[in-house]
Amino acid sequence: MNTITENGSTLVRIKDLHFQRGPKRIFRGLNANIPRGQITTIMGPSGTGKTTLLKLIGGQIKPSQGSIEVDGLNVASLGRSDLFALRKRMGMLFQSGALLTDLTVFDNVAFPLREHTKLPESLVRHLVLMRLHAVGLRGAKNLFPAELSGGMARRVALARALVLDPMMIMYDEPFTGQDPISMGMLLELIKTVNNALQLTSIIVSHDIQEAMSISDYVIIVSDGVVVEAGSPAQLKGSTSEWVQQFLNGLADGPVPFQLAAPDYADELFNSAGDA
Amino acid sequence: MTNWFQRFGAAWITVFERLGRAHLFMLQMLLALPGTFRRFGLIVKQLFATGVMTLAIILVAGLFVGMVLALQGYNTLVGFGAEESLGALVALTLVRELGPVVTGLLFAGRAGSAMTAEIGLMKATEQLSGLEMMAVDPFQRVFSPRMIAGFIALPALAAMFSAVGVLGGHLVGVELLGVDAGAYWSQMQSAVGFEHDVLNGLIKSVVFGFVVCWIAIFEGADCIPTSEGVSSATTRTVVYSSLAVLGLDFLLTALMF
Repeated sequence: MNTITENGSTLVRIKDLHFQRGPKRIFRGLNANIPRGQITTIMGPSGTGKTTLLKLIGGQIKPSQGSIEVDGLNVASLGRSDLFALRKRMGMLFQSGALLTDLTVFDNVAFPLREHTKLPESLVRHLVLMRLHAVGLRGAKNLFPAELSGGMARRVALARALVLDPMMIMYDEPFTGQDPISMGMLLELIKTVNNALQLTSIIVSHDIQEAMSISDYVIIVSDGVVVEAGSPAQLKGSTSEWVQQFLNGLADGPVPFQLAAPDYADELFNSAGDA
Repeated sequence: MTNWFQRFGAAWITVFERLGRAHLFMLQMLLALPGTFRRFGLIVKQLFATGVMTLAIILVAGLFVGMVLALQGYNTLVGFGAEESLGALVALTLVRELGPVVTGLLFAGRAGSAMTAEIGLMKATEQLSGLEMMAVDPFQRVFSPRMIAGFIALPALAAMFSAVGVLGGHLVGVELLGVDAGAYWSQMQSAVGFEHDVLNGLIKSVVFGFVVCWIAIFEGADCIPTSEGVSSATTRTVVYSSLAVLGLDFLLTALMF
């Protein structure tokens, strides 16, 4: 079930990925291919290491076994300068936005340009205003991150992630805690940005309906491996009971509502002194 | 019994592991220095945040310490009829000991704790990860500028502490208690040597600046990224750097004088 049919070229190729944090094994032989130019969503129950997977793709942590190739480069074996060169071509949107709190919105978006290019300030200004306009926040350019709502901070972070024209963008839980309007804005933005700039987008999320609505490809991860992968329509027609429980948010199913425990009646009446 | 041994061993392994991490961290900060000097504006900004913002507390503390020294010193010296030596006593105590040490302690409480909290919160809000993912080295951008700033600020603050302390001593000793002004200054001038006293005091404050900033920045970067983790890291910064200042002071004094 871990194999994925390839369609078109692959941007991120994950092979036999193992990762362990302390005694906890997070990934045990995960295989996945993320297609180029499409929106791919990685879903799975909380605590399955979806964010960890993004960090592994970005090279912030190294796998204990297996490999991750981004655009043909093995991320874990890159030296620091090669890794930094690769990272300039990937954008990442953190859940909190991760804006630098001591800089204004404008300076935050200008930050990657000022760090990595020698563009004249007039051009920086144009590029920043264009990106801010694209996310609808040109009017917020002089505000500080503390003055923004969560949804606005994420949009500014998206403008910042786009300012260097990356080949891919990773979104860490972009929909968590958003009101319906900013949720709609983010969905629309992710979709238009991906199509207009011909990016590859990787979304980590468990907002199933929202993520499914804009995704071309969905990978469901649980217990350290890929459970199922395919287009949203394919997954909706999945015969796996587990996938159906997950996608439809059923309280009981293969994942039981009750955590394994001794017999209920027995515990209530016969072993009163234990607890 | 074996259980006790196990826990004892494990505790020490944790301590040494952390010490090792701290030293590697230091090395990375040093390696990032060339990149940091290219961002001179960041160093200036940090000098303001750590140095200038600590100045008020240092000046007030220096004044009071100098005044107390003069008061206590006068009461003792007058018994031997040696109150003319008050200037020498005040200046030597400040330049050799209290200037660097009290400045180090106040700096740890005022600037060190702020550094830890700021860096810890940057970690908790994913700003450090964000920098890394933007291909910006947090060592060049965040850690090393603070290190350099502290390294410059603490000796300067210690010098100002001592200077204000000497004036405080003059205020109490000469103006209030009637020690002869000429004796106060000339005794001081003849007793305090540049190399033996001023330079050694300066070396102390440079060492303290280095250690306090190292502890503060490392604790911030190494903290558990939760509100509880940041608060305990801040506490650790103040406790460890205060102890380090006092312990190193003894060591340096033993070597110098």
